[in-house]
Amino acid sequence: MSEITEDDLHAYADGVLPAERRVEVEAWLAAHPDDEARVRVWQSQNRSLHEAFDSVLNEPLPLDLVRAVNVRRGGSRPLWRAAAAIMALAATGLLGYGVGVQSQPAAMEYAALPHDAALAHVVFSPEQRHPVEVDAQHAEHLVGWLSKRLGHDLHAPDFRAQGFELLGGRLLSGQAGPVAQFMYQDGQARRVTLYVRRDGAGQAATGFRHLREDGVEVFYWVDRDLGYALSGAIDQAEMGRLADAAYRQISR
Amino acid sequence: MSKQTELIQHIPRLRRYARALAGDAARADDLVQDTLERALVKLDLWRPGSDLRAWLFTLMHNLFVNQIRAGGPVHCELDEAADVPVRGGQSDALAVRDIHAALAQLPSEQRAVILLVGLEQFSYAEAARVLGLPIGTVMSRLSRARERLREIMEGRAVVKLQVVK
Repeated sequence: MSEITEDDLHAYADGVLPAERRVEVEAWLAAHPDDEARVRVWQSQNRSLHEAFDSVLNEPLPLDLVRAVNVRRGGSRPLWRAAAAIMALAATGLLGYGVGVQSQPAAMEYAALPHDAALAHVVFSPEQRHPVEVDAQHAEHLVGWLSKRLGHDLHAPDFRAQGFELLGGRLLSGQAGPVAQFMYQDGQARRVTLYVRRDGAGQAATGFRHLREDGVEVFYWVDRDLGYALSGAIDQAEMGRLADAAYRQISR
Repeated sequence: MSKQTELIQHIPRLRRYARALAGDAARADDLVQDTLERALVKLDLWRPGSDLRAWLFTLMHNLFVNQIRAGGPVHCELDEAADVPVRGGQSDALAVRDIHAALAQLPSEQRAVILLVGLEQFSYAEAARVLGLPIGTVMSRLSRARERLREIMEGRAVVKLQVVK
């Protein structure tokens, strides 16, 4: 066993040591209580940082920041053209930002549905530590909470037959009110999100529609006052099968 | 996926880092906005497939350092820092309550390194690239930052008995 260095202790505290070295450091710490105490303090510092600042990840994005990315290059990118107008995550002030956005005519809302959903998918699906606000272990609470916020009974579809497990969900803020996002992941860590919002403008129920947004496949439909959009950066045929399963479970 | 779409994915994490680095939410978002604008101007220099996150954090770090050099707003540290007494105690609950104030008392270069490693979970090598420092400097700075943070959070009044080895 080579000598345990100060760098090893930091790497141990940060959880980045290879397993073999970790065992050696553990043996060292067992015999050196001063070092063990220091390492424990460092780990506690890391935890404190996460507890203090991780909530920022769940905040809606300020419109100014989305526009900052969007402003100079318009044109050929549909997601980007849509982003500033739509920014589902920042609009109504529901989660703390008082950006008042007028509700738009029904047809425009409906057109915005897949854009909003794709954008929300793109923003939240890569997140490793906090992909969701409420995890699937609290599925009942999650669905109840989101149903209450949307003012409509929701169901999180079960995609286990398709190989996707529910990770959890979060509440977003859209231009027409609150939005629920359910997130699923398969064994290859691929993620799909189901975006659900009120479409109270009397939209007639529709069949599936499909749109490809900047590499994200979106299947969307409206049923019983709710607009649904299933998004994922995976094969269109597979997305279609998932959307079909969701539709059968939710809308029967 | 377009480059701009990839940029937007990183906004939540840039905001988290900026909030902890600059302390104040509005100032932090200004820093993020400056970073995004800079990134757009230079986006053609970034190669798709390389690590966009590290590149963005590097841009943000450089902007932050420039603001400090210029005596800009970030230099003022946390608004409430002066009002929050440093408490003793080691429980996590106290630690969370005090961490904002304690961070503000760290020298900014120590704050940056402890946040990149402890909060943003960059590897030491990535943190070195973001900060433009040799990895040895990053490690010694990290060590000093953690020790300093511990002293601040445990309260300066604690008398430490140095054990002579």
